[in-house]
Amino acid sequence: MSDTALPNTNIAQPDRPLVTADGIPLKQKLARTTRTMKLRALLLTLPLVFFVFVAFVIPIGQMLHRAVHNPTVSEVAPNFAEAIQDWDADSGELPSEQIFEIFVQDLVTARQNREVGKTVGNLATRINYEIPGSRSLFTSTARKAGRIEQGPYKEALLEIDEDWGDIHLWRTLQRASNNYTLAFMLAAVDMQYDKDGDIVQANELYRIYIPILLKTIGLSALITFLCFLIAYPVSYLLSTLPLRTSNLLMILVLLPFWTSLLVRTSAWIAMLQTEGIINDIMVFLGVIGDDGRIQMIYNQTGTVISMVHILLPFMILPLYSVMKTIPPSYMRAARSMGATQTYAFFRVYFPQTTPGIAAGTLLVFILAIGYYITPALVGGSDGIFISNLIADHIKKTLNWSLGSALAAILLVVVMTLYWLYNRLVGVDKLKFG
Amino acid sequence: MNAEKQVTDNSYVRFENVQKSYDGEILVVKDLNLDIGKGEFVTMLGPSGSGKTTCLMMLAGFEPATHGEIFLNNRPINTVPPNKRGIGMVFQNYALFPHMTVAENLAFPLQVRGMNKSEQQDRVKRVLEMVELPQMGGRRPAQLSGGQQQRVAVARALVFEPDLVLMDEPLGALDKQLREQMQYEIKHIHENLGVTIVYVTHDQTEALTMSDRVAVFDDGVIQQLSAPDSLYENPQNSFVAQFIGENNKLNGTVEKVSGELCTVRTEDGSLIEAHKVNVDKAGDKTTLSLRPERVEIDPPKSMKNTIEGTIEELIYLGDHIRVRMSVAGNDDFIVKVRNRADRRPLEEKQKTRIGWASMDCKALDLVA
Ligand SMILES: Nc1ncnc2c1ncn2[C@@H]1O[C@H](COP(=O)(O)OP(=O)(O)OP(=O)(O)O)[C@@H](O)[C@H]1O
Ligand SMILES: [Mg+2]
Repeated sequence: MSDTALPNTNIAQPDRPLVTADGIPLKQKLARTTRTMKLRALLLTLPLVFFVFVAFVIPIGQMLHRAVHNPTVSEVAPNFAEAIQDWDADSGELPSEQIFEIFVQDLVTARQNREVGKTVGNLATRINYEIPGSRSLFTSTARKAGRIEQGPYKEALLEIDEDWGDIHLWRTLQRASNNYTLAFMLAAVDMQYDKDGDIVQANELYRIYIPILLKTIGLSALITFLCFLIAYPVSYLLSTLPLRTSNLLMILVLLPFWTSLLVRTSAWIAMLQTEGIINDIMVFLGVIGDDGRIQMIYNQTGTVISMVHILLPFMILPLYSVMKTIPPSYMRAARSMGATQTYAFFRVYFPQTTPGIAAGTLLVFILAIGYYITPALVGGSDGIFISNLIADHIKKTLNWSLGSALAAILLVVVMTLYWLYNRLVGVDKLKFG
Repeated sequence: MNAEKQVTDNSYVRFENVQKSYDGEILVVKDLNLDIGKGEFVTMLGPSGSGKTTCLMMLAGFEPATHGEIFLNNRPINTVPPNKRGIGMVFQNYALFPHMTVAENLAFPLQVRGMNKSEQQDRVKRVLEMVELPQMGGRRPAQLSGGQQQRVAVARALVFEPDLVLMDEPLGALDKQLREQMQYEIKHIHENLGVTIVYVTHDQTEALTMSDRVAVFDDGVIQQLSAPDSLYENPQNSFVAQFIGENNKLNGTVEKVSGELCTVRTEDGSLIEAHKVNVDKAGDKTTLSLRPERVEIDPPKSMKNTIEGTIEELIYLGDHIRVRMSVAGNDDFIVKVRNRADRRPLEEKQKTRIGWASMDCKALDLVA
């Protein structure tokens, strides 16, 4: 630029951007000078970004993927999985002879396969999820299929087991041959595909996940509410006491964090069981008879009591940190203007603690809804949470897909509640500490 | 002191032998006696930690008096809860409720009193106009400037028309210019409404310009309670003399007492005649207190007290010149010389005589 030497180059003009003394646009120059700084800042966060990605994004992504991913059929019987797609299930006829032939060949190949995830057993388990009792059909057929020397394969199969003539079976096989399926997600919300491939509610006897999910939400809400009821006065006390005393009490509040969760939960078992301390004391005092001992553990009561105890600090800490910042002069001002203690509390003090209440309830609720160990130990069969079912599927039944689907549903529920919460309270108003 | 203390039987606020201790070890307020008349503007002035806020809190009912009795309108109020005392209060940090708008803040005391909505609105509007913030009713306190918040706090203390308003360093957070403006406004409101105001500050200018009477606090004791002018001109003891305004100190021993006056020999041997305020008899140690503007350089021959001094430093301040001298062993002796056209030129290291009227030099209790 020729006019850089002019004294007025730095004055913004509508048709020309601001430039520095050497004629480079100001914005560009600024970006250049701050680039290294930004780069360095970015570099500092890289380990965290990496960690979050590896430890958080990938596992959750995998879980979500697994909930709908359905590779079994296409891995055990790849050729068949492809061929069956051409069959028109609504035609009312069995698949063609050619498809039968491919199926038999795939079965024979699969029988020789010992690789985990690619055996006939895997295929049988997979179809068994949808057609209970169909397992042996696959295993025994696979055993006998090796003897089929030549066509027609359709008849040969029907001879081995006439169930192969069931269109419903083939329809299920066709659906299961897809790489992705909604079957697990449906199962997680107590739904399923019926014989005709329509989505319907599961048999009433098998509807277990939704009731448990609802119970989990309900108990979590109850636990959150109880935590709030107990934590509010405690936090108030902590925030008003002189620092030395309040520090001591704060240590007591935090003490549970220093002992193992397992120990704490076991302590509650010792306290609450029918032969436990509380029952003993009540019998001793004559409040209840020896034969009238109260069942307080291995049911919902046990879960609620011990989880309230365990999650209490998560309510106290945000409440405390908010209350600490409210100077006593507010209450005093209200009192000097004629308000009674109670009126001043509800009009002046309480509203100012809402950010703490909001943060505390959110924290406790979200922790509670995904809680696992405590319900597993003290919940019995009645006080278990959805996480316990997820764990069962991961560890016992080894139906990881259903476990993932349940976890995905839980994730969706939490996100929805969070969204609702955000609409109602406003997350930017939260104050965690 | 007795001459100034207007002992009124119909005093509005009365502290009677009030003592206060927080921890059972230290008396924060030691034997406080104070009468405040109706409609008076009394300021409690004193250094930090001298017990001013404590007194205010006892009057408002937030701290119980450890001993003694406080009367409001001739009624003992020690057992009356704060919300029944009907005292308006402005807090140091204003204590405006952050979750309410300005109008809601102002309506709060009215709501508490069960006033109907339309009357509430009327009053809020009126009081907002009084503090010149008519448009601000809908804002939150956080959206106001410091000065505006302060006005709202004053308005809130006045909106329910209390007879007594307490203000605890209400201007502490404001810059100098705004402070002065607000001092004027508070004074103005006081005059217009005729409320009794007890005001706490540790800014002496503020105390002197606003108050009818000032109570100077130190160490839990009222050192002096007087009108601002006599506080400055007739300090009763060395603490007050030094706390209020600028002050030169000369230590010495009383040689002779004669009526209102006494003769004092300073440490370097000069004899000075002074107003006998806080000494009794010959032989008492004393600190003489002398205001810098009452000292004359080159005094007329007729002046009783003259003494030789050396000019150490000259500071030009426009309207006056501040002369630091060394006089009678004190090298921090300040003299203010008015900047008149005919004044004698002064130079550093120059020896010169200074003098003052005997009554301007106060013989007070000794300070080390
Ligand atoms: N709640 C309390 N508990 C214990 N001691 C207190 C309490 N409040 C004040 N004190 C002590 O009482 C003394 C007087 O305090 P006070 O607040 O009355 O001083 P002040 O004159 O208002 O000072 P400032 O000008 O700094 O506000 C101080 O030494 C202080 O440490
Ligand atoms: Mg104070």
